[in-house]
Amino acid sequence: MLKKYKINGGFDEMLDGKSSVRAHYRKFHKLFASIKPSEFNARRQAVDKAFLRQGVTFNVYGDAQGAEKIFPFDLLPRIIPSQEWEHLERGLAQRITALNLFLHDIYHEQKILKDKIIPEFYVLSGKHFRREFVNFEVPKGIYIHVCGTDLIRDKDGNYLVLEDNGRCPSGVSYVLENRRAMKRAFPGMFEGVGVRPVENYPQELLKCLKHIAPSGVADPTVVLLTPGAYNSAYFEHTYLARHMGIEIVEGRDLFVRDQRVFMRTTKGLQPVHVIYRRIDDDFIDPTVFRKDSMLGVPGLIHAYRAGNVSLANSIGTGIADDKVMYYFVPRMIKYYLDQEPILPNVPTYLANEDSDKKYILEHLPELVVKAANESGGYGMLMGPKASKDEIEKFRKLIIAEPRNYIAQPMVYLSQHPTYCDGKFEGRHVDLRPFILSGEKISIIPGGLTRVALRKGSLVVNSSQGGGSKDTWVLY
Amino acid sequence: MLSRVANSLYWMARYIERAENIARIVDVNLQLLLDIRDLDEKRLVEYWLPIVQATGDEKEFFKLHPHATGKAVTEFLVFQPENSNSIVQTICAARENARMVRDQLTLELWEELNRLYLFVRSPQARQIWRRSPSEFFQEIKSSSLHLNGIINATLVHDEGWWFVQAGQFLERADKTTRILDVRYQTLPERGVPTIVSPDNALEWTAVLRSCSAWDAYKTIYGADVHPRLVAEFLLLSDNFPRSVRFCVSELNRAVRRVSGVAEGHFCNDAEKLTGRFLAELQFSGVDEIFEIGLHQYLDETQIKLNDIGAALFNAYIYQPFESPDGEHMVQQEEQQQQFKSAIVNHKS
Repeated sequence: MLKKYKINGGFDEMLDGKSSVRAHYRKFHKLFASIKPSEFNARRQAVDKAFLRQGVTFNVYGDAQGAEKIFPFDLLPRIIPSQEWEHLERGLAQRITALNLFLHDIYHEQKILKDKIIPEFYVLSGKHFRREFVNFEVPKGIYIHVCGTDLIRDKDGNYLVLEDNGRCPSGVSYVLENRRAMKRAFPGMFEGVGVRPVENYPQELLKCLKHIAPSGVADPTVVLLTPGAYNSAYFEHTYLARHMGIEIVEGRDLFVRDQRVFMRTTKGLQPVHVIYRRIDDDFIDPTVFRKDSMLGVPGLIHAYRAGNVSLANSIGTGIADDKVMYYFVPRMIKYYLDQEPILPNVPTYLANEDSDKKYILEHLPELVVKAANESGGYGMLMGPKASKDEIEKFRKLIIAEPRNYIAQPMVYLSQHPTYCDGKFEGRHVDLRPFILSGEKISIIPGGLTRVALRKGSLVVNSSQGGGSKDTWVLY
Repeated sequence: MLSRVANSLYWMARYIERAENIARIVDVNLQLLLDIRDLDEKRLVEYWLPIVQATGDEKEFFKLHPHATGKAVTEFLVFQPENSNSIVQTICAARENARMVRDQLTLELWEELNRLYLFVRSPQARQIWRRSPSEFFQEIKSSSLHLNGIINATLVHDEGWWFVQAGQFLERADKTTRILDVRYQTLPERGVPTIVSPDNALEWTAVLRSCSAWDAYKTIYGADVHPRLVAEFLLLSDNFPRSVRFCVSELNRAVRRVSGVAEGHFCNDAEKLTGRFLAELQFSGVDEIFEIGLHQYLDETQIKLNDIGAALFNAYIYQPFESPDGEHMVQQEEQQQQFKSAIVNHKS
């Protein structure tokens, strides 16, 4: 079935420039060739059906019927050779280490600001900089415990970091479920190809959460705090809680007394020591942050400050997700670790720097402009695809609030053969590895490969025709 | 165990049991009508209206339908989205509760409940229903039994399981009283009826079949159907698994296993009320019940079961866990899970 697949420009994950199969895909390619199209289709349908039955779904908002959809899954795995992965691992570990040092620094001595490596203004004006937590000691000094860094590959196949998601990165449950589905669909291939397992992620996460338990608690109670069943990632929350063997709680299940957190159980109140929270800072405690939050726990922040409960991720990591901070990560690596960044950034221009601003305003039709503190498609301009009106609208926005905008050139994304309407075609992919930072740093081999299923589309959003693939890291 | 989790498990079980019971009631009535001759519209209403009354949703029914025709009643009880106790809605509610506590359930249990949910909401469900209602009901009934089997065979029999048991048996006891009450208008207000017409006997057979009790009844009492014996069997049998006494006895066991309090003692109202009611059932005769009047007695029984439900709530759940309202849901949805596309803006 793969024989007819052709490269159509750009970097292809499976084929090299001369259209021959890259070495790390060869074993898979050979095994896959023995599968008949009818057999492939049957397996594909079985997998979709299994996802629906298991409720591996996301919610579609605004649908009165409460419809749930499966996140489309493509059966062709993305394969990463061992050496390439080890390079990525080193780069990601370097990055998370620098980010955690950076967060600790700006919430304490602020040396990096005093040394003028990063202009003070950028940090202090950050929307997610929590000045209330300056000089607060987070357990074990770790700020970002779970990070989902987005990587892309340029036209030469170089990996670039696009975003560090250091608040509530989502998607790891798909990594685990996709693998399960692949094992059922192609049981014979794993042995033949030699794929590193991903199954121990929940154990690693739990280890990491226990590591930050308040001191003196021998057997900490860890819970996962979810916004609730209507959140798009609710499936993932229940999935992780179940596999870690911990309770999944909503804000209303928790209760704070004497700066200690308890959960309401059938046997009365039980103490809670570590909270893996999947709720934003803003919503976590209505007495401290947003007063209208119905999801949070009144008094939680007091308990946190008193050191009676630990949170993962810590409060205030959002500043590291600020796209202006992203620009400075290579400098952080140099400053804190005295190393060159192993994984480079996408070239970025800061609208607040005069020379960059001039460049941005002159080249708007070629650039991608992003708001510093929005994620996904919000507050974004895609120059080459935008209308004149949109470009002018962004010109005004940038001039009015230069601190809040950055710009990047369009990046050529790598493609991967993907099953589309009966044949295989190249579709754009990215990669989100999940990095855990506890006693040591551990990274799930591979991560989530997301794919834009529509032809020529660059949108890999689940609600807009995006799908995912299993990611195989070879031994 | 989290109170909210206990609450969801309890309601999941109740809703599964409810769906199965409604399926049996409607199924049996449809079949009964095949055996009754000279049916005109007026007589048909006499068979369908009591079914609506038995579910306790008469008011809601007449808001939606002017007359208790077979079509209206079956639509109301099977598909009607406005009726929170229709089969489809109870299955949705069971599944929603299960989803809230997905982490507590086994994969097998979740998959089967989810399969049933996907089935009743599919166009195929309507097609089967139109072609052969009994095939449709068979699907509901066997899935419910399947779910019970999975609950018993795959869930750890810990506190959560006992909450499931409590929900199931409380709901079942309630539904048995309601099914038994369907033909009360053919009974004298007090005392045991002396004459039972052939149509009457068929109707009481239908009551038994609605409780899956017909086979069991025959082995004990023979094929002679009399309301006195039917009531005795469905209320006081100590080993028929759908009799009220059996259900209350199981409920009693469940609430005691949750708290660990020994027989003959109590530490909360749920245990006190359940224990007391069980003792009453154990030391009652069916003739006394007919002296009070079967309808009257069943009414009181339903109130007692409601009180036990309320007492359970007070003892273990404390605060109501209602479905989140509009604003609450919006906030849940809006929490960023940082999943949005990273490459949304990058070109080929």
